[in-house]
Amino acid sequence: MTRRRRRGILIGGALCVLAVAVGLVLMALRDSIVFFHTPSDLTAKGIPEGQRIRLGGLVATGSVKRGQGADVEFAITDTAEQVTVRYRGVLPDLFREGQGVVTEGKLEAGRVFRADTVLAKHDENYMPPEVAKALKEKGLWQHGVPPPAATTPQTASEKK
Amino acid sequence: MIVELGHFALVLAFLICLVQVILPAWGAQIGEARLMRVGEPAALLQLGLLIVAFGALTHAYIVSDFSVSNVWANSHSTKPLIYRISGVWGNHEGSMLLWVLILALFGAAVAAFGSNLPTTLRANVLSVQASIALAFLLFILLTSNPFTRLDPVPLDGRGLNPILQDPALAFHPPFLYAGYVGFSMAYSFAIAGLIEGRTDAAWARWVRPWTLAAWMCLTVGIAMGSWWAYYELGWGGWWFWDPVENASFMPWLAGTALLHSAVVMEKREALKVWTILLAILTFSLSLMGAFLVRSGVLSSVHAFAVDPQRGVFILGIMSVFIGGALTLYAWRAPSLRQGGLFAPISREGGLVLNNVLLTTATGTVLVGTLYPLALEAINGAKISVGPPYFNATFVPLMVPLLLALPFGPLLAWKRGDVYAALQRLMIAGLLAIGAAVVVFAFVERGPWLAPFAIALGVWVVAGAISELLFRARAGNAQGAEVLRRLGNLPRSVYGTAIAHAGVGIMVIGIAATSAWQSEKILTMRPGQTAQIAGYELTFKGVAPNDGPNYREIIGLMTVSRGGSLVTELAPSKRQYNAPPQATSEAGIYVALAGDLYAVLGDDAGDGAWAVRLYFNPLVRLIWIGAVIMFIGGAFSLSDRRLRVGAPSRRRPRRPAPTPAPAE
Repeated sequence: MTRRRRRGILIGGALCVLAVAVGLVLMALRDSIVFFHTPSDLTAKGIPEGQRIRLGGLVATGSVKRGQGADVEFAITDTAEQVTVRYRGVLPDLFREGQGVVTEGKLEAGRVFRADTVLAKHDENYMPPEVAKALKEKGLWQHGVPPPAATTPQTASEKK
Repeated sequence: MIVELGHFALVLAFLICLVQVILPAWGAQIGEARLMRVGEPAALLQLGLLIVAFGALTHAYIVSDFSVSNVWANSHSTKPLIYRISGVWGNHEGSMLLWVLILALFGAAVAAFGSNLPTTLRANVLSVQASIALAFLLFILLTSNPFTRLDPVPLDGRGLNPILQDPALAFHPPFLYAGYVGFSMAYSFAIAGLIEGRTDAAWARWVRPWTLAAWMCLTVGIAMGSWWAYYELGWGGWWFWDPVENASFMPWLAGTALLHSAVVMEKREALKVWTILLAILTFSLSLMGAFLVRSGVLSSVHAFAVDPQRGVFILGIMSVFIGGALTLYAWRAPSLRQGGLFAPISREGGLVLNNVLLTTATGTVLVGTLYPLALEAINGAKISVGPPYFNATFVPLMVPLLLALPFGPLLAWKRGDVYAALQRLMIAGLLAIGAAVVVFAFVERGPWLAPFAIALGVWVVAGAISELLFRARAGNAQGAEVLRRLGNLPRSVYGTAIAHAGVGIMVIGIAATSAWQSEKILTMRPGQTAQIAGYELTFKGVAPNDGPNYREIIGLMTVSRGGSLVTELAPSKRQYNAPPQATSEAGIYVALAGDLYAVLGDDAGDGAWAVRLYFNPLVRLIWIGAVIMFIGGAFSLSDRRLRVGAPSRRRPRRPAPTPAPAE
């Protein structure tokens, strides 16, 4: 076998693997990505029921209700509109009224969002970029300042 | 005073770095030995100064000097000593200081042990290494100075995020950074090789142990992070395909590929051009990891308060080092001499397959991680790419890799015999099929693919053992003789076999816990009993408790099996004082078959509590596998033939300044 042929086999093999990978990536990107929306988007963009999405915003103050067992109901707001979210499970430690939150699930009849995931964060001052951006666009939040309805005054006064 | 000394040392280190970037490279260019010799003392001095700076910051943390802004923002006087120390790197500024310290450590290692390297190569390597340090020192001094003072001095600090006050996470960043930064050595050698237009086996002999050491640190660092997420976050999961996790996983994948291609370059002088590119890419992915984590451009569950402004600076550093390296590569790589020939079916061919699959897999992770950023830039849509994407792309690429893995070490260099290898792997294959049949027959539920995944893990482990037995020619000898021969095998052979077995063990753990995890979310009243995976768990109620810097509510649970008491679990919900933040501590019972994992949720009223229970079968094997991979790396590193700084057998073309001692 000549050097050129050997190299041809190697490069051909590598290209085959690459082609398979590209195919897998394109298929997966078509099927398994999840779009992020704010409550206002749901109306504005007409998100159909049953489509898997991420819904983010602030947890509306006074909206958290515990139901039967591990069922929880709360509302996510971007201050313009509000969506009721139902979730069954244990909420993350940093879940709090007035704080930013991202949930993942499907919209059901009657504008109720059935979440199967409520994303936890590790840091009180952290705001998911999507939520931060959505709120910034509405002029409600700037970087380094806790959200308007924050329930922890300590961080508000101490942040430089 | 000590703090100002640290600050001063940091500025001095920056100046020394500037000297170390310019003089040795200039000397190498014009062939002036005196200029080149500046590199070694400069690298050692740089390390010394950074140790002073890091020591000064650590001292400020230990004595809780809240006049330092960084200490005030991340520490608290009631915090236990170990977390006051780990607080040094538990924040942005301190972690960047740790980053440059490790960078200087690697540079100083070249200066101290590199006497057998060609003079110009050493000078160029030290220059490139210093240029990376220079960029990051500038970054620290301009945007993230840890030594800024506060006036007036606050009474007490704000405390470290309590979720970081954990033994595994205290040591997670140093290991991770040692891994990231360790790949800078491969990068510096690649650039120096390109500048000189020459790389040879001696080059690979140097690059490989450093890459191996970095890879070992990264392996342990990632495993620690995963273990921490498992027991601290209370979701019962060990990997979430989160951008921050991917940021550390991509350099690991590329580094694994580099490790294998460096073997080919060292042994056969082939794949030079590719190995150099891989060295550049691996460190580029490390830089990108730093950028993704530090800038907060991606939505991550692991993100801590981040500052986008700093991200732009790191993006600048990244573009210069990646863009510059790739330009140099495009210009100089064609001039590198071609290496040895090999047939597609050969050890080299196997390692090429490893490289193709690993880099493609890195590519799929990269696309999944960056696609949300790209899409948002194009049409403003905000999306997230989650586990389904990675399961559909990354996992299928790992299957052929694991299938082919046991063949690699059994093939000869240059031209291998795949049928002979298959014969030697007969027993391993039968064991794997047997494992699949047993799982299929005795485990009722779970996805149909799971038995095959288990078989794949068994195949890799048995394949690694087969390789050792083949090398000891166990077929034609008795017990004692086989043992003697096994004892005579070089350590690097053991290293390979152990690390590969670690991969297989990890695969078994991943398969078992993904396929057969059981989860229960319920509300329990005191006295109530729940069933999970054959255990009966009884909730006894809750009790308050006070820790050193937190208060907690402990859920009391007893676990029994078949009527006899097994253990008691005490998951708790903690409320830390400073900063005021809540965390959950999972209660975990470790058994041979898997972990019973309980999390206490919210108070549901009337004495009832939300409780989340998991049974994670064989989940420990994931981290045990990582530790075994680390041990394999250590074996390989301790092999006399590749020992760091050991004289190379092949003498460098230009005689080294000190004669190499005989081997």
